[in-house]
Amino acid sequence: MTDMLTVLAPDGATKKGFEAGLPDEELLHCYRTMLLVRSFDEICLKLQRSGRIGFSIPNLGIEATQVGAASALRKTDWIFPSYRDFGMALYHGIPAVEMMHNMFGNAEDSAKGRQMPVHFSFVEPIHFYSISSPIGTHLPHAVGAAHASKLRGEDTVHLVSFGDGGTSSLGFHSGMNFAAVWKSPVVFLCQNNGYAISCPSEQQTASDGYAVKAEAYGMPHATVDGNDLFAVRQAVLEAAERARRGEGPTLIEAVTFRMGGHSTSDDPTKYVPAELVEEWKQKDPVDRFRRFLERKGLMTPEENDAMRADTLAEIDRAAKAAEATAAPGLETIFSDVFAEVPSHIRKQGEFLFDLSQRRGEADAGDGEFPL
Amino acid sequence: MANLTLIQAVNDGLRTVMKADDSVVVFGEDVGPKGGVFLATEGLTADFGESRCFDTPLSEDGIIGTAIGMAMNGLRPVAEIQFQDFIFPAFDQIVSEAAKLRYRSGGQYTAPMVIRTPYGGGIRGGLYHSQSGEAYFAHTAGLKVVIPSTPHDAKGLLIASIQDPDPVLFMEPKALYRSVKGEVPEGEYTVDLSTLRTVRQGGDVTIYCYGAMVPVVERAAAQAAEQRGIDCLVVDLRTLMPLDEEGVLEAAKQTGRVVVVHEAPRFCGYGAEISALIAEHCIEYMEAPVRRVTGFDTPFPNTLEHHYLPDDRRVLDAIESVYDF
Ligand SMILES: Cc1ncc(C[n+]2csc(CCOP(=O)(O)OP(=O)(O)O)c2C)c(N)n1
Ligand SMILES: [Mg+2]
Repeated sequence: MTDMLTVLAPDGATKKGFEAGLPDEELLHCYRTMLLVRSFDEICLKLQRSGRIGFSIPNLGIEATQVGAASALRKTDWIFPSYRDFGMALYHGIPAVEMMHNMFGNAEDSAKGRQMPVHFSFVEPIHFYSISSPIGTHLPHAVGAAHASKLRGEDTVHLVSFGDGGTSSLGFHSGMNFAAVWKSPVVFLCQNNGYAISCPSEQQTASDGYAVKAEAYGMPHATVDGNDLFAVRQAVLEAAERARRGEGPTLIEAVTFRMGGHSTSDDPTKYVPAELVEEWKQKDPVDRFRRFLERKGLMTPEENDAMRADTLAEIDRAAKAAEATAAPGLETIFSDVFAEVPSHIRKQGEFLFDLSQRRGEADAGDGEFPL
Repeated sequence: MANLTLIQAVNDGLRTVMKADDSVVVFGEDVGPKGGVFLATEGLTADFGESRCFDTPLSEDGIIGTAIGMAMNGLRPVAEIQFQDFIFPAFDQIVSEAAKLRYRSGGQYTAPMVIRTPYGGGIRGGLYHSQSGEAYFAHTAGLKVVIPSTPHDAKGLLIASIQDPDPVLFMEPKALYRSVKGEVPEGEYTVDLSTLRTVRQGGDVTIYCYGAMVPVVERAAAQAAEQRGIDCLVVDLRTLMPLDEEGVLEAAKQTGRVVVVHEAPRFCGYGAEISALIAEHCIEYMEAPVRRVTGFDTPFPNTLEHHYLPDDRRVLDAIESVYDF
């Protein structure tokens, strides 16, 4: 494979001459965010297994890619995430409870309970673009948004994240091609986690990794160790700087591994060889960063335990608050289809309210159809 | 006879044709060793080998485009689209290519292929794992559209679709995959691709439905009989294209009161076609306006999906309203 950028060894040592260039509290924030992601995963798995939420997506093993990339962005930049990017949102201060509202699909969910769990959408404190299930559709969106920023003379960078499977989509081709032709300020982040549900990379592409695909589009590229937060951060920082200078897009391939199932509905033991999981366990991105912090004297094992417990408590509070929040009202079925509710949709809503009152069973909501 | 779920019947249908005909190949995302996300293709790679059942890159456009090439060159491809919601990257290949190939080449080239795909709500899948897009496809000349509602029909219609000389979109009601069970004959048999099925006889109200709405309508019809003594004639359309027009009109004439049920949105939905046929050809038999019970004209919600989906409450309401008209 092409040269892969690595800075941080599994034992926590960094390459000679490497300077993180980050203040201690920022290093600890990166680490705490990765622990938050782990705690989020753990609690969602329990919630799903006990039937309190329908579905979740595990992030185990991908935390350093998410947080390393997010740490290279400014609050004014935009993120076009995949559904496996919890760490990007958490790093930028999106409260865990806001994400939990989506997991429960309740009345406080920014998507009003319309989307499946893990399909987040936020505009504050950073643009974390509304997630769509169809794979690859968001790549051209990022390019268009970047083009708008560029036409207005802003130095905003647009990072778009997608999987190895995503590179086979139509959106990948159109997005890469347009961005390269227009020199759009986009960072394409391909998270190569080894699998697209059950399909391993050999079935996805015959090329030597994913980064090299950029060459055909006339775009620079980099391959980085996705379990090394510093390597990911460095590559994204460089790509973002190039984009801000008006030099156009970059494709970054972060080589990592999905340590869990595709989702809470998937059993990966049916198709992922156990040896492969064992091999990647040794490269665990969170352990690696913890060892780095310990070497630097920034963290003791006791402090680590306390931080872990603290993140679990934070996510648990978020889950409890979200679970206690009511379901969305019936009117949310009919609003936001258009800016104004057309009469045929209004009539359908009125019918549903009336029916619920006449025939019961469904909750009639607040009475009058309010739209 | 075996007592199978609908998804087991699909699997059995695939096995039956794969055994009988070497040219049948099954492919799509995760259909190989994993056996598909719903397990429709479970065991096919193990039993028939990787050249007969295999995974593809993540591209619906690629899956359907290559299926067309295989079909024109002697294979009988059965392509899976993991969720009907993800078929749209292949819309061009289906609508512009597969459906028009015979016509544009004067019959020199054809695309005898099947696209299997799970559709519809019932799994809290939100906007993108719940849609019922049959109307987009039934509107396309040159494409057959088939939707089974029982294990028996799932197998028989699937075999007929694979043997059919034209492209068939085979939409499987995912809500019924494991919730219905029934007797399925062993070995090969087919169900005709242009005949509706009468689910229940009755002289008061005719209800047209298909797919996952069939059991909902059956429940409502039973309630109507029990609570009000209304006898419903329930019709499962099964093949939306070609449609059994004679059968549809005959059923309408028998009662003069009609309800059409589907979970897809109403506007330009399949129910509009049925209503128009009746208005055009047997308005003189009608005792009441046609009522449609459908999904709303909104995207498919998640948390409130049970309010969105037509249920027996809504069907019963419509039955009573046409009966009492
Ligand atoms: C267009 C489309 N086809 C199929 C799917 C079903 N699906 C959901 S995730 C997935 C695999 C994606 O793999 P990858 O891009 O590698 O991302 P990862 O899940 O590994 O992060 C598939 C096939 C989909 N969401 N969209
Ligand atoms: Mg992947």
